[in-house]
Amino acid sequence: MNFPEELKYTEDHEWIRIEGDIAVVGITDFAQSELGDIVYVDITTVGQTLSKGDVFGSVEAVKTVSDLFLPLDGEVLEINPEVEKSPELVNEDPYGRGWMIRLKLADGAAVDNLLSQEAYRDLVGA
Amino acid sequence: MELKHIPLESIHVQLGAKMVPFAGFLMPVRYSSDIEEHQTVRNGVGIFDVSHMGEFILKGERARDLIQKVSANDVSLLYDGKVQYSYLPNDRGGVVDDLLIYQISAIEYMVVVNASNIEKDWNWIQSQNTFEVDMVDISDGMCLFAVQGPRAAQALQPLTNVKLDSMSYYTFEKTAFAGYQNVIVSATGYTGAGGFEIYVSNEQAEGVWKAIMEAGAPFGIKPIGLGARDTLRLEMGFCLYGNDVDDTISPLEAGLGWVTKFSKDFINSDQLKKQKEQGIPRRLVGFELLDRGIPRSHYELCDADGNRIGEVTSGTQSPTLGKGIGMGYVPAEFSKPGTEIFVKVRDRLLKAQVVKMPFVKKL
Repeated sequence: MNFPEELKYTEDHEWIRIEGDIAVVGITDFAQSELGDIVYVDITTVGQTLSKGDVFGSVEAVKTVSDLFLPLDGEVLEINPEVEKSPELVNEDPYGRGWMIRLKLADGAAVDNLLSQEAYRDLVGA
Repeated sequence: MELKHIPLESIHVQLGAKMVPFAGFLMPVRYSSDIEEHQTVRNGVGIFDVSHMGEFILKGERARDLIQKVSANDVSLLYDGKVQYSYLPNDRGGVVDDLLIYQISAIEYMVVVNASNIEKDWNWIQSQNTFEVDMVDISDGMCLFAVQGPRAAQALQPLTNVKLDSMSYYTFEKTAFAGYQNVIVSATGYTGAGGFEIYVSNEQAEGVWKAIMEAGAPFGIKPIGLGARDTLRLEMGFCLYGNDVDDTISPLEAGLGWVTKFSKDFINSDQLKKQKEQGIPRRLVGFELLDRGIPRSHYELCDADGNRIGEVTSGTQSPTLGKGIGMGYVPAEFSKPGTEIFVKVRDRLLKAQVVKMPFVKKL
């Protein structure tokens, strides 16, 4: 299973790419594989400023639905428009075309508390 | 409770199955993709290992009398080699389980029950057995493979002399199959895609599985998990015990009237008959989402003002239709096809429409 080294991770199986004061967020290869075929990414929080741990949307697979938790304090700037139309991209390319949101980080967002690739790999036992 | 293991577990793991607990057993839920597996069965042929299902043999001069008493359908309609769908009513207005009844002979029947209910059903039937019928639970010694899809008959034909494509729906033969004796080949299934269910002993299981995979290879046979089994059955509007029907739900509300035969007496038949005469106040209906979203069991069903009118019992995204479908109980006045209802999904009311089941019409 693939967990790119340059990304940060959460215990809720999200990945985060920090680009200055912007964070790009998606779900990990492990998460998409556990969920199975993803048929709908339902995010209705664009424009909202939320706290770490808040639910910012849901990801619907054929068999199950899972909440998406904000990994850092910030404002949800944008949903990936491609994933709205083709949710299967989350299965096919979770770290690339399957990204979910762009987040404008709040001042002092606790980036250092995120998991490293190694720590996340240990967490999922992969 | 400790999980039970099906005999071919290691084969499924080798095939890449994700194994999950289901009805007390560790079962393959998915090998590759739910949607791909679903399409394989709708359009080609797939094989499910559903060895968790329970089987009892009921044998004795009065076996038929016992079944007439515990089962709502009329077992006297059966003949040797014929299968019947039915359910076991309880004495409180609900349903103990739904099941298949196989007539092996006029004094010997096999009943096939849901895995989660094996012990409950056994105790229930046993408690009604005032007919000196010999009952044997053969569940632990049997495996069951469902080979389903429009190409199932072609794929399996080299393994048996029985003319598979001329077998009538809901009949079976005890026959030689893939070189093994006394295999039950049953023209039944839970997918609406056509096909067969193959009952074998544990000793025969591995050999028969491999023979089916080999014979099916030219037809693209693939192993199919319980995930696709659920979407396939839901597209057909088939009930799943524990979701859509249970100990507390009236079988008449659940749409099981067609297998409820008041021409004979059975457990609770008087009360059910009275209920039928008085009219059924709520009904299990199928609905399709008009808004984007996916209904899941226990989500609320509402009217246009957001008042709760019922609850979803089963729901999914239909791989064939590409939209959310579900079943749930609503008051009779909301049960007519075309009625607009709403599903509450994460505090939003999504528009849906009651439709006649099956959701996917036979091709």
